[in-house]
Amino acid sequence: MKNDNVRPEDLQWRCGTCDCDLVVGQVAVTYMNNRFTTDLPYCPTCRTVLITEAVATGKMAEVEQILEDK
Amino acid sequence: MDQSELRQWEQRCIQEEPPPCMAACPLHVDARAFIGFLQGGRWADALKTLHRVMPLPGILGRICDTPCQTACNRKEAGEAIRIGDLERACVSRTEDRRRVMPLPAKTHRIAVVGSGLSSLTAAWDLARKGYPVTVYVPEQEPAAFLLRSHPQRLSREIIEREIRLMTSLGVRFKTGTGFATAEDGQRCRKDHAAVYVGLDAVSPDPWAMAPATAAPQGSFGTTGDEGLFSGGDHPSPVWQTAQGRWAATTMDRWLQKVSPTAGREKEGPQGTRLYTNLQGIAPLTAVTPADPGSGYSETEALDEAGRCIQCQCLECVKVCAYLAHFGAYPKRYVREIYNNEALVLGERKANRLINSCSLCGLCEAVCPHDFAMQDLCLAARQSMVGRSKMPPSAHDFALQDMAFSQSDRFALARHEPGRTTSRYLFFPGCQLCASAPGQVPRVYDHLRHHLTDGVALMLGCCGAPAHWAGQQARFATELNLWKGRWERLGRPRPVMACASCLRIFKDHLPEADPISLWEILDEMELPPDRLQPRQVPLAVHDPCTTRGEETVQDAARRLLARMGVPYEELQLGRAHTECCGFGGLMQNANPALAREVAEKRGSRSGLDYLAYCAMCRDNLAAVDKRSLHLLDLLFPDPNQTDPSARPRPGWSRRRENRLRLREHLARELWNEPSAAAGTPLVLQMDSTVVDLLDARRILREDIEKVLRHVQKGGQAFHHPDSGHWLACFRPYQATFWVEYSPLDDGYRIHNAYAHRMEVPGP
Repeated sequence: MKNDNVRPEDLQWRCGTCDCDLVVGQVAVTYMNNRFTTDLPYCPTCRTVLITEAVATGKMAEVEQILEDK
Repeated sequence: MDQSELRQWEQRCIQEEPPPCMAACPLHVDARAFIGFLQGGRWADALKTLHRVMPLPGILGRICDTPCQTACNRKEAGEAIRIGDLERACVSRTEDRRRVMPLPAKTHRIAVVGSGLSSLTAAWDLARKGYPVTVYVPEQEPAAFLLRSHPQRLSREIIEREIRLMTSLGVRFKTGTGFATAEDGQRCRKDHAAVYVGLDAVSPDPWAMAPATAAPQGSFGTTGDEGLFSGGDHPSPVWQTAQGRWAATTMDRWLQKVSPTAGREKEGPQGTRLYTNLQGIAPLTAVTPADPGSGYSETEALDEAGRCIQCQCLECVKVCAYLAHFGAYPKRYVREIYNNEALVLGERKANRLINSCSLCGLCEAVCPHDFAMQDLCLAARQSMVGRSKMPPSAHDFALQDMAFSQSDRFALARHEPGRTTSRYLFFPGCQLCASAPGQVPRVYDHLRHHLTDGVALMLGCCGAPAHWAGQQARFATELNLWKGRWERLGRPRPVMACASCLRIFKDHLPEADPISLWEILDEMELPPDRLQPRQVPLAVHDPCTTRGEETVQDAARRLLARMGVPYEELQLGRAHTECCGFGGLMQNANPALAREVAEKRGSRSGLDYLAYCAMCRDNLAAVDKRSLHLLDLLFPDPNQTDPSARPRPGWSRRRENRLRLREHLARELWNEPSAAAGTPLVLQMDSTVVDLLDARRILREDIEKVLRHVQKGGQAFHHPDSGHWLACFRPYQATFWVEYSPLDDGYRIHNAYAHRMEVPGP
């Protein structure tokens, strides 16, 4: 996944638990014994990663399909 | 699948067999393709098709005696296509733009004797292979013999055009050169590496060939004398041409010192296994040219070409949206599936093809050679599972649902209340309980009322999803689980409401001796509260899993007749019935295709459908096809005024229906308290959200899991502008995200989505 995953409006979400803004950084993603990193927003305190609907149903679904057919 | 299995599978599909016209032609001219181009007005492409295999098309195209026409299927519906006249029209009307490139020059000098069709063909073919060829013509000009033989159809100009093309390839013509004596023949043989004698135009005498062995069929032009070849003794022009061609191939091979016969079994006229369905083809007589001397005009030729039915099989593809969807036919698919399995690195492009088949078996039922795509796809799935190459997304949802049905939350096995033994066992299956739970107690009451010696009840799943998913080990586990419950009940005879369950048990647990609910109900009095007779007929939709189960199909129809319900047969019914889109987990692996399949099935008749499988009924209802279940007629729900319009319950509802049904039956019949399931959360959703979640196969209970995770301290994101919260939870191999707003007594759900990837984090 490239780093165009993060849209400005995604960063309007805040970590409700830690009450802080999200930052964008390299996040590990794994599927079917494949591991890679991509830029995604996450909470700098609790490090919970935000996966938006656009990412989950777009790029992520696409990559899942590719990896499933590998 | 190994190579020999691949070949066996490929051999079964006959779509690539030649059409009868092509097979009957000694040269194998592809008359089907030729006429196909004419049908589209593509004269130049039609001519190119002739050029591909026909030597001297300007000549043969005018005088061919067309053995193809005797094999033409059109004669079964009118008259055979006049292929010869079409060829004549094509070569007469289309500019010949051939450019022929010979292969690199070879050194062996070749003599061709005579200027009949066989000699000119041999010279043409050998010159194209790069041999220096000299044609010895007894007459004073190369065209003389053919001009004399076919004065009506050939002109000097026509023949000389072909001769010029041969000359451009380096063929030399020596006219006025006859070989009168054996010495002449010997001298010629000494001067050339190989000699071809065209018996259509010259005598065999100077060549010391016994007449009986001059050109025996199957000899490929050999004479028994090294370096001397012959052909052309057949009276037919196309055979003469073919004999020249076969001899040229033999000469080339002999000169190259390779086997002259190996791999040539398919030369010459052959039979063909191609099946072409002629049903519904209106008889048409051949077009007669207004001027027989000049042959077809352009319009006449197009009209005649239009009669060609373009023979092909595709019997399975015609009736199966799945086979049509992937753009080819089983022979191609088996190769794709083989490659998919053999692939070490790269994209497995056939995964979707393999997982989208409904395993319904209609292809096998209509195939003249019983090609069973369902067997192929199921074996491929089992192989993928065995190699850990099955995409999890293909079947996960159905397997999760099966696990639910087999869990204590739904599964149940009890003797009839008040009894400790049972002769029968009612097994409604998971999908009837999911679709119309109210009907299950009504049917069970009726069975207990009419069957003596006890009717046990079992809720659960037959394991079909695991079987269809290619999960052999899991299927065996589920079946054993079922078998264990059945044995503990004393092996009562199962009465199956679901055709898929019946199929599974007949195939995999035949000792249970299952019987369909419809056969049992047909032996009893009709239920007193059944729907009253109606005037408007229904169209019977047989579940695909009843293919081959005529007694089940008959029982359903007898019940309709006894109730006074008129019905009609669908165009594809009984042994040729179609899947509703659920079978084989097509709906999981390829929801869009499953919908297309259901829509196609629903469009076969304008009448309301009568199904006797809950999943069939619901899938048809999901594409807005008004459909009834047989139980809707036998045990009508008093609250349903128009059962044909009952919508398909969504996935969440289907699960809740099973949960509630189990609780209801356990409480009402066996006086068992409800399991402590906990109080469900109050969730508010618009219908658009409900539909979206159903399409994404996200259950209400998945959402509850996310919210309970938050309640226990799980992280959540907050959007200051909208005030919405967003949280996730991963209960199994999928992460569910829910966007929500807390309410005083529950939650308003705005959105939910899921992904399979794991996100370990930064």
